[in-house]
Amino acid sequence: MRARTADRPQKWGNPFTYFVALLFIGTCVAPVLYIVLGGFRTNAQISTSPAGLPEPWVASNYLNVLKSVTFWGEFANSLVVALASTVGTVLLGLMVSFVLARYDFKFKGAMYSLFAAGLMFPLVIAITPLYIVVKDLGLVDNLLGVIVPQIAFGLPMTVIILVPFLRAIPKEIEEAAAIDGTGRLGFFFRMVIPLSRPGVVTVGILAFIGSWNNYVLPLYVLNSQANFTLPLGVQAFSSQYSVDTAKVLAFTSLAMLPAMAFFAAFERKIVGGLTGAVKG
Amino acid sequence: MSNTLGTEPADGHQSQGTPGAGSAASSARPAPPPAAARRRRGRAKLRLEIAVLSGPAILVFLAFVIFPVALAAFYGFYRWHGYGPPTDWVGLNNYKLILTDPAFQQVLWHTGVILVLSLAVQGPLAIGLALLLNQRIRGRSAIRVLIFLPYVVSEVIVGTGWSLMLQSNGALNDLLRHVGLGFLQADWLADPDLAIWTLLGIISWKYIGFAVILMLAGLQSIPEELSEAAQIDGASYWQIQRRITLPLLGPTIRIWAFLSIIGSLQLFDLVYIIWGPYVAGTAGTSTMAIYMVGQGRNAGNYGYGSAIAVVMFLISLVVALLYQRFLLRRDLQGAITEGAS
Repeated sequence: MRARTADRPQKWGNPFTYFVALLFIGTCVAPVLYIVLGGFRTNAQISTSPAGLPEPWVASNYLNVLKSVTFWGEFANSLVVALASTVGTVLLGLMVSFVLARYDFKFKGAMYSLFAAGLMFPLVIAITPLYIVVKDLGLVDNLLGVIVPQIAFGLPMTVIILVPFLRAIPKEIEEAAAIDGTGRLGFFFRMVIPLSRPGVVTVGILAFIGSWNNYVLPLYVLNSQANFTLPLGVQAFSSQYSVDTAKVLAFTSLAMLPAMAFFAAFERKIVGGLTGAVKG
Repeated sequence: MSNTLGTEPADGHQSQGTPGAGSAASSARPAPPPAAARRRRGRAKLRLEIAVLSGPAILVFLAFVIFPVALAAFYGFYRWHGYGPPTDWVGLNNYKLILTDPAFQQVLWHTGVILVLSLAVQGPLAIGLALLLNQRIRGRSAIRVLIFLPYVVSEVIVGTGWSLMLQSNGALNDLLRHVGLGFLQADWLADPDLAIWTLLGIISWKYIGFAVILMLAGLQSIPEELSEAAQIDGASYWQIQRRITLPLLGPTIRIWAFLSIIGSLQLFDLVYIIWGPYVAGTAGTSTMAIYMVGQGRNAGNYGYGSAIAVVMFLISLVVALLYQRFLLRRDLQGAITEGAS
């Protein structure tokens, strides 16, 4: 039907494409907009016209959340957990991926399979026994009890994505480095880390967003409000203020901002990294 | 165990300096010793490098991913409430209870429905959208950011937002009333005939963007020369898509499906936030993980909870192995099947 026209190089492409694209974008964005805009309304507005727009716009919900100590405390906890998990996942993942990609030894295959098998065991499935381990280590209600398991569960994806990247670095570079007197580890720090940046960025973003959004592990491990991360905070807030919908929406939209900003800033890198992983 | 943890965070903090690894590298410089000794020392050094580089990751991984699995298998044989060492050995009784519990059979059914329908709905839709968006159109990068938005927003937030919108006096019903489709209004969350479809809708909304981005990435790695050549030979747009693009997209589709299956098997956050562990049962949306959390942690039965975890492990393992055996084999060759080579 329309198909042939798509083949001809055009500046704008055909309108059908734009129509579908807009429809798709609208569907994706509308619920998020509902949350953000809802925060600018009053409860009266929301109950008389649930799907309406702010009329007039009210900033007080957002200002109240931004002034609350609870929000910033939870924000700080989320940030600490996310940054520590990201650094840990990337660092440990990069080191072990380097070994898997560029060393030859007996148990290499087994080691790779071990990590790859981890993909089949997502955190949620392991949560009951994992909680017992965390509890036995005395890490309940401690941010470390969230960080370390997140690093462990982040490793399989990291290894799967990074190994092809590291393997793709030409042998000649390594040989040239060796001729210049650089050992394998020097090569790792001076050449591998800079050259695998696209992969590292992808893995880092995935780890950060995964940690920022993680719910089930903090739900089990953290039990005092002072240690809550934002997902727990959102849930606690929405049950505490269940009648104050506008406030809940304001809290919720502020909680999702950082992950979104982080993603928007690095969107290209993520897509690039995924391409590498899939090809590998 | 406590050893593991004592060293791990320390390793994390060494990140910038990495003093240990750095000194190993600099010790490599001294003048070359005689060949045989050098080879021996080289081998020892190689082993040390491998150990230093892969040790931390393996340790953390074993302690927090593999060890808990083994632990669950052990606790699953006990009736145990989480305090002190387990003493009340019940053999396979927990497993018998799980497999005969009608509530578990129900969650198994729900999980299966969600797994199959997620693939059936999102797959074709994502491929279609990716083909469409892969054309030369304006604003491609903006589109990519916007369609990925639902995937980036956390399940808790998505759940909170959707549960407000879908209340019987919520935004969706209001919207339907306003555009003259009032007869479509429904109790989206509480109606047991409808709730699982609502859940599927929310899941599709949340994860389709990821699928499309993955497919787009796959499409972009297909060399353009192939379709150009086919075009010169007189192939139509649809012929090119069906005979060239789709087959070459195969690996991407199979990897996406694998991730989707794993996601369905572990579905928890959304249901827990929107319905909660008890309402999910009556609304017909409870999943395996919801059952595990409700019967295990919330009821204080860690022995039973561990047994459920083992059952979930086995189900995921069987599904994943079958999938890899029959579908993923070629794509991950050298990866999961025969190691890094």
